[in-house]
Amino acid sequence: MDTTLSAQIVYQRPQSLTEATMHYCPGCTHGIAHRLIAEVMDELGIRERTIGVAPVGCSVFAYNYFDCDFVEAAHGRAPAMATGIKRLLPDRVVFTYQGDGDLASIGMGEIVHAAGRGENISVFFINNAIYGMTSGQMAPTTLPGQKTTSSPQGRDVETMGYPLRMAELLSNLDGAGYVVRRSLHDPKNIRMAKKAIRLAFETQLRGLGFSMVELLSTCSTNWGLSPLESLKWLEEHMIPYYPIGDFKVAEPLKELKV
Amino acid sequence: MAKELLKGNIAMAEAAIRAGLEGYFGYPITPQTELLEWMSERMPALGRAFLQAESEVAAINMLYGAACTGARVMTSSSSPGISLMMEGLSYIAGTEVPVVIIDVVRGGPGLGNIAPSQGDYNQIVHGGGHGDYHPIVLAPASVQEAIDLVVLAFDLAEKYRTIVFIMADGNIGQMMEPAELPPMRPIKTEYPDWAVRGAMGRERRILSSIYIDPKDEEVTNYRLMQVWNQIQANEIRYREYYLDDAEYVVIGFGTAGRIGLSAVRMARAEGIKVGLLRPITLSPFPVPQIERLIPRIKGILVVEMNAGQMLEDVLNIVKGRVPVEFYGRMGGMVPFPDEILSEIQRMVCEGIPLDGDPRQRWMKRLAPVIHWQN
Ligand SMILES: Cc1ncc(C[n+]2csc(CCOP(=O)(O)OP(=O)(O)O)c2C)c(N)n1
Repeated sequence: MDTTLSAQIVYQRPQSLTEATMHYCPGCTHGIAHRLIAEVMDELGIRERTIGVAPVGCSVFAYNYFDCDFVEAAHGRAPAMATGIKRLLPDRVVFTYQGDGDLASIGMGEIVHAAGRGENISVFFINNAIYGMTSGQMAPTTLPGQKTTSSPQGRDVETMGYPLRMAELLSNLDGAGYVVRRSLHDPKNIRMAKKAIRLAFETQLRGLGFSMVELLSTCSTNWGLSPLESLKWLEEHMIPYYPIGDFKVAEPLKELKV
Repeated sequence: MAKELLKGNIAMAEAAIRAGLEGYFGYPITPQTELLEWMSERMPALGRAFLQAESEVAAINMLYGAACTGARVMTSSSSPGISLMMEGLSYIAGTEVPVVIIDVVRGGPGLGNIAPSQGDYNQIVHGGGHGDYHPIVLAPASVQEAIDLVVLAFDLAEKYRTIVFIMADGNIGQMMEPAELPPMRPIKTEYPDWAVRGAMGRERRILSSIYIDPKDEEVTNYRLMQVWNQIQANEIRYREYYLDDAEYVVIGFGTAGRIGLSAVRMARAEGIKVGLLRPITLSPFPVPQIERLIPRIKGILVVEMNAGQMLEDVLNIVKGRVPVEFYGRMGGMVPFPDEILSEIQRMVCEGIPLDGDPRQRWMKRLAPVIHWQN
């Protein structure tokens, strides 16, 4: 075994990420989510047969960072676009990467039906409780009382309704093979998130239907908090409302050790 | 292949399949539904992709994704469904991927009805989706022509990486006529060098309609316009009838053109020197062909199943050099040949003013026909 220093690489850019510098704000967890997905793509050796679908939102340029084929969908329509690709190329791995405005608001129809059909795609759902790209308006996942630029007095559930728990909602559909929620606020949870991403891809590779990993994420810029405060805010405010957990795990996945 | 009695919608579906269709995504809507139903039976049987989408919004975006793989793909719908597809169309145009869309137009606006109409001319020919883009729009007037144009549509879509519409109407979709289907073409085995199919042993590919730097978006727009110029130069299609010695010309497309032809034949039997120009490509519009007619004719009658949407394009070409008259039926009503015949007769006997608004004159004449009481 080679024990020289140079051979002991313990951390490097996954092959499935390009060398492009990410444009995300300091404190944003999109970068972590990207990296985890890329690491799993490397581990599974699927980079050359994976097609990603980018959303409209802060991660609109996700295709610049993943070193695989990519398309860019209209706002909310990524699951439909992914469906079109997967139906034409069933042996490719197809995933969407979507924010909460994209997936849970304008794209609600497309995500529910993709899950209902058991569409064999994987969805990575970044829930940061706000519209990042358009600079901080209320999202369908904005917490009760949370101030945003379009709920300046805080989200009043009487007039603005209640936040949507997408993982719970989609897990009720028979077409869902794997639906879980994870968080990106600390190393332990990040490791759990990576395992879930792995299982989502495994779901697809085994033809077990629709898979989604909801990832609780930060938006320091639009929350108006420092990166560290953001992680704390996520833990203290988001997790109580959006519990981390497995909401649907198809039987064959339960035996899988990843 | 021998002629068979075929319904328009089914003929168009089967023609697409035989042209090598690999994926179809659609949503039921009358008067187009038989097309989707035919696909639901045939496509899976052939091992090809068929999916009934949850909406036309989903259908057009599934089509968008499927088109990104470089495969031959299609959707079909009718007017309200096409309205819903506008966002997706703009994205498809901006990404420069080929798709074929069949619109079996029905009466509108709103929910309207399921009767034949040509009310989608503007939303298809003159955009509808945001930004500058020009689809190719083909308008069949018979079941046979619908079959032939569907096959052509796929070739044109791929040649120019563009959207090609078949703008039929409820009449073409529902009518049964003897027609001949093309032979079955094999599914293609080679895909274009822009197709997103997984970066196996090659650089990754990205398909997107985003050009965040306006400089790049302007270049993209310029490229789209250049392709459009080529399409205008090479792809105009039309049919002429009795134009050689014609003093008057009826211009109409699709079903209105076909009824116009019956009227022209009746007028010819009365010795009136009238002919018909039937645009087959509504986009690109047969501008040079109309231009060439202008110096030698006394008048034009535009006939449509709408309130004069193509009329605007004709007026734009004619620019007051020849009198133009208009006759349209709206909201799913179809003109009878003798309605058009009497328009021709009136045009010849009474003449038409060079000035004034043909649409205003038509509304006055139409009011008693539709029993309008004010
Ligand atoms: C049809 C349409 N409506 C609105 C927009 C504007 N828009 C762009 S991104 C966005 C919200 C994105 O928020 P989210 O999905 O939560 O992603 P984030 O930016 O937070 O990562 C909106 C409303 C658009 N691009 N298209």
